[in-house]
Amino acid sequence: MGIEIRGVNKNFGDFVALQDIDLSIPSGQLTALLGPSGGGKSTLLRIIAGLESSDSGTIEIEGVDATGVPAQKRNVGFVFQHYAAFKHMTVAKNVAFGLEIRKKPKDEVKRRVDELLKLVHLEQFSHRLPAQLSGGQRQRMALARALAIEPSVLLLDEPFGALDAKVRKELRDWLRRLHDEVHVTTVFVTHDQEEALEVSDSLVVINEGRIEQIGTPDDLYDRPASDFVLSFLGPVTTLGDRLIRPHDIDITRYEHAATASGRITRWTRVGFEIRLEVTPDDALRPDPVQVVVTKAEATALQLHEGDLVWLRPRVGADAVSR
Amino acid sequence: MTVDAPVAPGAAPKRRARSVTSLTRSSALGLGIALSWFSLLVLIPLALIVIQSVDGGWATFRDTLTNPQTASALRLTVTQALIVTLINVVMGTLIAWVLVRDSFWGKRLLEVVIDIPFALPTIVAGLVLLSLYGPDSPLGVNVANTERSVFLALLFVTLPFVVRTVQPVLMELDRDVEEAAASLGASRFTTLRRIILPSLAPAITAGAALSFARGISEYGSLVLLSGNLPGKTEVASVRILTYIENGNEAAAASVAVILLVVALAAIVLLQVLSAVVARRG
Amino acid sequence: MASRAAQPRTPGTYVRRLIVVGYLFLLIVWPVSLVVVKTFDGGLGNIQGALSDPEVVFALQLTVYVAVWAVAINTVFGVGISLLLVRYEFPGRRVLSALIDLPLSVSPVVVGLALLLAYAGTDGLFGPTLESAGLQVAFAPAGIILATAFVSLPLVIRELVPVLQEIGTEQEQAAKSLGAGPVQTFRRITLPSIKWALVYGVVLSLARSLGEFGAVKVISGNIAQQTQTATLVVEEKYQDFEQGTAYATSFLLALIAVAALVVVTILRPKDDTDGD
Repeated sequence: MGIEIRGVNKNFGDFVALQDIDLSIPSGQLTALLGPSGGGKSTLLRIIAGLESSDSGTIEIEGVDATGVPAQKRNVGFVFQHYAAFKHMTVAKNVAFGLEIRKKPKDEVKRRVDELLKLVHLEQFSHRLPAQLSGGQRQRMALARALAIEPSVLLLDEPFGALDAKVRKELRDWLRRLHDEVHVTTVFVTHDQEEALEVSDSLVVINEGRIEQIGTPDDLYDRPASDFVLSFLGPVTTLGDRLIRPHDIDITRYEHAATASGRITRWTRVGFEIRLEVTPDDALRPDPVQVVVTKAEATALQLHEGDLVWLRPRVGADAVSR
Repeated sequence: MTVDAPVAPGAAPKRRARSVTSLTRSSALGLGIALSWFSLLVLIPLALIVIQSVDGGWATFRDTLTNPQTASALRLTVTQALIVTLINVVMGTLIAWVLVRDSFWGKRLLEVVIDIPFALPTIVAGLVLLSLYGPDSPLGVNVANTERSVFLALLFVTLPFVVRTVQPVLMELDRDVEEAAASLGASRFTTLRRIILPSLAPAITAGAALSFARGISEYGSLVLLSGNLPGKTEVASVRILTYIENGNEAAAASVAVILLVVALAAIVLLQVLSAVVARRG
Repeated sequence: MASRAAQPRTPGTYVRRLIVVGYLFLLIVWPVSLVVVKTFDGGLGNIQGALSDPEVVFALQLTVYVAVWAVAINTVFGVGISLLLVRYEFPGRRVLSALIDLPLSVSPVVVGLALLLAYAGTDGLFGPTLESAGLQVAFAPAGIILATAFVSLPLVIRELVPVLQEIGTEQEQAAKSLGAGPVQTFRRITLPSIKWALVYGVVLSLARSLGEFGAVKVISGNIAQQTQTATLVVEEKYQDFEQGTAYATSFLLALIAVAALVVVTILRPKDDTDGD
């Protein structure tokens, strides 16, 4: 159940957008498709919705084969990055659209629209036009519109991509809470790893048309399957011959069994954390290593710019499982 | 407001990722019907002109074009259209500038005035000009039946082209860029020459091409104004009509082909220009 | 568009303004207003004279009949071809899009000639076949409709294409995902979004159709009370020294043209209220 994707391929001319995608998206969960722009994640979402057709492969939605079914018959809720608000209709009319297409009785449509507008906190805006709403409000309206048809799955394509940082964060929390209330199988596309890690139950990392890894946010963060996943989910630096997160490096002023040693050549304080650059005295690996420590650690260790320090991975540091 | 505004290169709307689909069965049927109608109405009749002109052989073509009366009509048409286009380049750009950058009482009225030549029937345009610049001119200027009448008529009917192609581009032009130039020490004149005019150049050229194409093909506004004096005020379109009325369709087609080639050249130029602008981003 | 503060006014501002206003006054405003003056020289006499002349009345009726047909054809064709050009990919799309503009730069006389070569009753390509089927095109209203449709063909398309490109396909896709079929999507989503552009294109086509002269002159045969349209009447009356009638008829045509412009200027929303 949920969404079953089998052997999906998609090319745009010479460009391979998706290659042999096999994926099971569990029912009732919030799943994020995460990856860099142009990696194929939006294409996959559009294929699930029927807005794009795959060159080969099958799509099954809640146990029903949807492969050849046109978008208007799939009963899929789709939310677009740029809202796709119907500009000539009021907020209430936008939300009612799918219900009117389904020829629901008037009073039922009204009741449902009121309910949904309440759910997305837009009840006092029902007679406004989309142009009179802020970006965040428009996206909430789009969400209500998609939910109105009681979709078997809800698909969101970079839903917060066009919003500013603060609104993004609010909507993200709100989406999580909404999903806990509605429990519809939800798939959303994002290129923002923080958003994906924070909101989703499970994560699918897609790069260059292939699935890199599938798992819970913890799985992916702690046990990345590849250097790509490790580096995509957060900042990384090279210590010795491995990729590591800057906060997973142990730094001391005393010689010990270290992976590298060198002087602190750069010191940037950002709030409570201090970002250091250590230039190794190893002629074979002269590239600076990024290290992050808290202000308190730096004080305790009596670190200063120009100090000679020794570096090694912390015990239990994230690492690519090989 | 834009009437008949030629789609200016550079004024192209910013596109969102445009998703284009290949034809479905019903849209292919629609395309088939649309293409058939377009062919029956436009393409086949125009192709027949080309066929007709080559039908008589190279000799008919050459004889027609070397006929003194026809040659003089073509010369007059091209010369006047060129002069008018040059004036439009200057005046059209100036008018667009004033409409975009200046604001004063009655500016919206001017917007309507600009479009009058597009909307007015050409025969009426001729009559209109005749009433101010004809025998009963209140100004005492009578250009009727002279070369100047051709010039005046073309000036009237081609007025909107450059204005309407330049205007949207000028509106989109970032003030920031001019302010940046000024902050770098450029004078108003240098900014105009080095920053503004180069950005407007494709639109001006496009407007000029449209204006020239319209100029050489003008007929209606000249009928009453120019007197159609052979060798003096007779333009190419009138020559074609004379040939048609004399039943000499081959000769009519020969002159028509020349006009068609120029019209096509203008369209190709426009396409190339919008491609250039699109690349510039 | 960035909001821009009014530019500081310099003497140059006033010089430019003066030149532009003067130029437009001498070239357009004054001459056009003279037609009005001459029409009402002797009160309403000229208008009444024109409207009681059967030739003029017939011509005006024929003109409206022809214009309505031509505009209807161009509207249907224009909407269809605009959707095809913007929303679909097919071989030859760019060439077609370029050729669509051709009628705007072809001389009206050439248009008339081209249609004669195709539809003349005796020696046209399709003429004899159509005639034996009972349809006379050249020197008949059908031919006038064709000529008028030809010259005003691109006007609707040129208005629609940029708007269709601008609105993109997201709203249509959203409608589709909400269960709307192609016809419902067009009627409820696409049409309302292109409504103003369509009205605008239709009004332009109408103005152009009412005013076509050269192409109609060639294809119609210009037979009074049979194939003579309003613009042809203006020419004939002027040359027959019935200048009052010519001015009155011109005034009526100009009135329609200017009224169309003004109506559209007022109707059209000043700016796109698109907030994103």
